[in-house]
Formats: sequence, structure tokens, C-alpha cells
Amino acid sequence: MLISNMEILPGKQIRTHLGLVQGSSVRAKHVGRDIMASLKNIFGGELKGYTELLQESRDEAMDRMEEQAKAVGANAILNVRFSTSSVAQGAAEIYVYGSAVVLE
Amino acid sequence: MFELIVFLVLMTLGYLVGQFAEKKHYKSITEREKKLKELPTVASRFPPPGKRHDQSLVMGNTVISIDYFKRFVATLRNLFGGRVTSYETLLDRARRESLLRMKEQAKAMGAEYVFNVKYETASISKGRNNTIGSVEVLAYGTALVKPRDAV
Repeated sequence: MLISNMEILPGKQIRTHLGLVQGSSVRAKHVGRDIMASLKNIFGGELKGYTELLQESRDEAMDRMEEQAKAVGANAILNVRFSTSSVAQGAAEIYVYGSAVVLE
Repeated sequence: MFELIVFLVLMTLGYLVGQFAEKKHYKSITEREKKLKELPTVASRFPPPGKRHDQSLVMGNTVISIDYFKRFVATLRNLFGGRVTSYETLLDRARRESLLRMKEQAKAMGAEYVFNVKYETASISKGRNNTIGSVEVLAYGTALVKPRDAV
């Protein structure tokens, strides 16, 4: 599955548009990470635990999007966008969407 | 009295450790930026015409937190207005670090360019009085890799 955030592909033709596909994932951090994070709030610096958490969450959202695209019979997803929103205290939603297409 | 001591200790710790960490981070950022200078990142939506490339999505993210001292300074700034330099450097570090991580991923694939680079910023945790505690920056784009068969 080809995933790209560009609208066109050089040298390839889009045969059919299959509409929007999307995937989302909401994750909360566990207490251990929270304690580390509150320490970092004093000293500043990168919160590695959160960086990983959000990366995992993003991978999961992308997997879900890919599954959806496979289900409609696409072989590529173009114009992919990411979006993040904090749903509740300590939980973030990662949302990813793009248009499913069939390439020649 | 006890609270004041705690506050002062946190302030000094935050200042010393925070300053040290920031300097170190900036040093590593500039070094890696020099190393990855040959890989151009472009905000253009359209790939260079006439060339065939394989495409792949690349991204890099960073969650970074502000230190105690800077947060206090930023709260003071809220009273007087003006540039909040503590947050400026925080976001600058996060953006540059994310872009570097994205470029590192692209370089590992052997990419020639990264096109359509986009940033996405989110504040992760809100501290007391709704001050911003940490921010996440995601940088993503499409890496253009020279196809293996067309050498």
C-alpha cells in the first residue's frame, strides 16, 4: 500500500477515486509515564515516553486507515493528513485521513 | 516559609538544568542540521516534473516540556505583555527536532527530496492555571526515492 501526502504521483495515473478513508486512535498514558513527565515539568526537556506513545498511536491510526483502504479495494492512499486533539485530561486522539485511490 | 524554600529550589533547579539541557539540545540540533543539509525539504505540493520517483510517507515527532523557571517567567510575561521568549525557544526546538527526525528517516531510505512538508502542533498537557506544559510537534512529508531499477 502506497501512502503519500501528495496529490499526484509522477509517472502514475489514478484510475479510480474511492473516497475518503480514515483511522483514529485514542490513547492515555500510564501512571509511570505521568510521574516521569511531572519531573520533566520542573527540569524541562523532551518527554521520550510521550513521544513514543504518540508515535505508536499514530502507527495504529495509520494501520486502521490502511485496513479501511484495503477493504474498499484501493492500492494507494494520497493526500494524507494528520490531526491531533486532546479529548480528555491525559488522553489524546490521533486522527489520520486521506483519499483512497486505485493506481494503474 | 517552607513553601517559599521549595519554590526557590525548584526555580534554581529549573533554571540551571533547563538552561544546560537547552544549550545541549541546540548544539546537537545545529550539528545534525549541518549533516543533513544535502537533503532538501520542500513545502511545494508538486513533485519536480519529468523525474520518476518512488514515494513514501516520512514523519518525525517530538514532545517537549518547558522547565519550572521558564514557566514562571512566562506567567509574569502574561501580566506585562510582549514576546514570550521561553515559549518561542520551546517551539523552535520542537519544530527543528521533529524536522530532523523526519529527515533522518528519509535519509535512511535514501531519499533525494522530501516534498509537501507539513507541521502539526498540539499542546499535550495543561499545567496549573491552564498554562501550556508541553507541546507535541509532528513534521511529515513525502520522501522521493530514486527507483532502484532506473540507475
